[in-house]
Parts: sequence; structure tokens; C-alpha cells
Amino acid sequence: MTVPVTNKYIPMWLLAELTYACPLQCPYCSNPLQLPSNRKNELSTEEWLRVMREARKLGAVQLGFSGGEPLVRADLAELIEAADDMGFYCNLITSAVGLTAEKISTFKEGGIKHIQISFQGSNKATNALFGGTDSFEHKLAMTKEVIAQGIPLGLNFVLHRQNIHQVSDFLKMAEDLGAEFVELANTQYYAWALHNRDKLLPSSEQLEEAEAATNRFRDQHKGRMKVIFVAPDYYEKRPKKCSNGWGTTFITVTPEGDVLPCQSAKIIEGLQFPNVREGSLEDIWRHADLFTRFRGTEWMQEPCASCPEKEIDLGGCRCQAFMLTGDAYATDPICEFSPNRHLVTEAIAAAEREVTAQDKAAPLLFRNTSNAKKLAQKEH
Amino acid sequence: MFDHSIDKFQLNPNYRLQYEEAQQCHVLLYPEGLVKLSDTAVEILRRCTGPISSAELIAGLQRDYPDADSLAADVKDFLIDAQSQDWIVAIRE
Repeated sequence: MTVPVTNKYIPMWLLAELTYACPLQCPYCSNPLQLPSNRKNELSTEEWLRVMREARKLGAVQLGFSGGEPLVRADLAELIEAADDMGFYCNLITSAVGLTAEKISTFKEGGIKHIQISFQGSNKATNALFGGTDSFEHKLAMTKEVIAQGIPLGLNFVLHRQNIHQVSDFLKMAEDLGAEFVELANTQYYAWALHNRDKLLPSSEQLEEAEAATNRFRDQHKGRMKVIFVAPDYYEKRPKKCSNGWGTTFITVTPEGDVLPCQSAKIIEGLQFPNVREGSLEDIWRHADLFTRFRGTEWMQEPCASCPEKEIDLGGCRCQAFMLTGDAYATDPICEFSPNRHLVTEAIAAAEREVTAQDKAAPLLFRNTSNAKKLAQKEH
Repeated sequence: MFDHSIDKFQLNPNYRLQYEEAQQCHVLLYPEGLVKLSDTAVEILRRCTGPISSAELIAGLQRDYPDADSLAADVKDFLIDAQSQDWIVAIRE
């Protein structure tokens, strides 16, 4: 039996989602389907500074500035500088749209330590199609600029059935640019991606080919560039721990101040979401029902409760369990012991087809406020 | 890669070495990760915040820890490991 001892956990990672505003419209975005229609309730600079100080006091050391697109925030440079002074290791997670050589230099002076730039395709057309903006050449230029200014850089290439064949091209491009670190991140099926799943989930053959291409690249280019390939959870037999364990390591603060154990927790219905405007981060982390509810293993039902592996994966992802089964306490259906695994198997079976012209013609629901509004109307 | 037995080196300027009250230990922070450091690792790395050669580093440690045996070999092993993980980088002069 694991009794959650609330003060033994340190939120090492603070993810600061500064804004949901974004110049891109990726149809696999992990932001919620319900996007605010404007930015007037976003946390102020002062409020973010308070959040960062409180997180630091709890022991947070890694800070990710994310969004939406964090560059949209006019106070980003100020927040980076303050966070660096507080002792955070600052990471910027960006599409590079809105980035300039001057901003990179300002961020560097302020203390940014790592910049991750996302690509939506390995060429101009694919990148524009899935990002919803014509930004490819700017991303290339900014990638070079970050490297030239000596800031550690990672490239993130988001994979799905319509671009996964570009893995080799992307790796070559990344190497030519001089990237140190590349993440080939398959889309995971939350939020907008779940909505577009039948148009995005790759077949097992596509996935195997992409992994083989990655391994061929690793064998042929024993260079400095580190490459990580992340498969879609759907193709695993065991679930992943939620954020290294719900409420144990990660803390996310949304643009309007909600505090979450993971980026997508707000999709779970029937939970109360604490807000930094109503309490201290310490009180929320240690005592809020949202954080204590799924800590440890006490909350589990069968087949998790009696499973010998329950401490390994902690029942998997609560959001995935809720999204697929309607019950946040259920075993993550990724697990082969889940009575609901057929929901995942069926999605994979539907993806076992060639990518056809029809696939490409099928309308993707792009992530923007207008589509968010339409979805909200449909629900009511 | 550099030859730490010849070149001067220092702690990677893009990494952060600091004491963490919440964890009651020193940590080294790097892109999207961190490692908790042993007391020995801290003792070595905190001497590398500016350019230093391995001979200077070992001499300094031997002066401060005269009773330690085979200190040079252990330090060299540590430096090889630290270099492979980019904790230390060469200083080009």
C-alpha cells in the first residue's frame, strides 16, 4: 500500500503556458479544445513572477516557457531574466514564428539556456499545410541563428500518418543545420489530435519504416546529433506513467492561472481546477484535491489494483483513460490488460491502410479559436 | 571532443551547478534535465567554473586533500566521463 506523503514530492518541472495565442493552427495541438476567445484573463507579468517564485520555493528547477506560442507575450524577455535570477534553468518551447536574431540575443543575455523549435514538415509545403502558416524558411533561419549564438538547440518534428515518411529528409536537414538534439515525436492522441485521429494515426507499417529510417540514420551518421524517436502510445502494450507519476514531478500553469499535474488534465470532467489567483502554489501542490486524488496507487480499481506492475506505470495516463472510456479511474486502455484495450486496437485497425489521396483530401480540424467555438456549440 | 590532459576546460557555460535546498544536494542542470551530484563530483566541478587544466585541478585537490590516495586516477576517470556528457567543455585560446 502506498500512502501519498504529500511533502516528499518536489515539482522539479514547471511548465509555464504563457498564452494560448498562436500563429500556428496545428491539427494535433495539445492545447484544450476550449480555447479562450481573447487574452484578457491571462496572468499578468506580476502574477507570473509570483508563480515562478513560489515554484522555486517548492524546489522547481527546470522551467519551460510554452504556450500556444510564448513569443506572443510581450514580457517574455522580462520573465526569462527574472526566472534565471531565481535559479531556474530556462527552456523556450517555440515554433520560431515571431523570433528574430535580436530577440535571441536578448533572451541569451537574460539567461535562456535551451531553445526547442518545432517543425511541422521537412519541406516548405508540408510545414505550411500542417502548421497553417508559411514559416519554413523562417524556422530554418532562426535555427541557424540560435546555433550561431551558442544556445543549446533542439528540433522537434511532430510525426503523423501524413508526414511520417519524411523522417530521413528531416534528419538530414537537422544535421545540415548543425542541430545537437532532435526529437521525432509522434503525435499523441489528446485534444485536437484525438479529434483528428483517423486522419493522423500512422499504420504499423509506416511506424516501423520510420523507426528503421531513424536507426539507419544513427548507424550511418555517428555524429554529435542525438536523435530520440517517440512512438505513439497506441502502439505500446503497457501504458506510460502519467507525467512521471501524477502530482509527483511536473506542475503546469495555464495562461489563465489554472494549476495542473499535466498539460491536458482539464479534459477530465468533474474535477475542480485550482487557480493561482485563489491560493499559493505550495498549498495547491500539497493539498488540492486535483493533485492528491491520483497520487500513488490508492485510487486504483481493477485490473490495476492487484497488478504486480502497478508501481511501474501507476495505471498509466488518467486523461487517456477518461478520454477513451469516460472514467478517469479506469486502467489506461493502452495497457493490454485493460478491458477497454479494444478501443485502441480498433483505432489501430482503422489506420492499417495506405495513405491515399482521399486521406489527404479529408478535412483536418485546425486548431484555432473559430473551430474551438464551433466545437463548443456542438457540445451544447 | 578535446584532450582534457592537454587542453584547458571548464564547466559547460550552458549548464547550471547549484545547491538545491529542497533536494538537500547539489544538482547540475542541463537542457530538459538534471543530475544530482555526489560530494566528490561537486568538489571537482566547483573548481572548473573558470578555465583550468587537469594538472592544475589535480594539484589543487591534492593540496586540499593530502590524505587522499590515487586521487589523480579517479579525477581523470571523472573528467573523461564528465567530458562525454558535456558537463565540461574545452576552452579554445
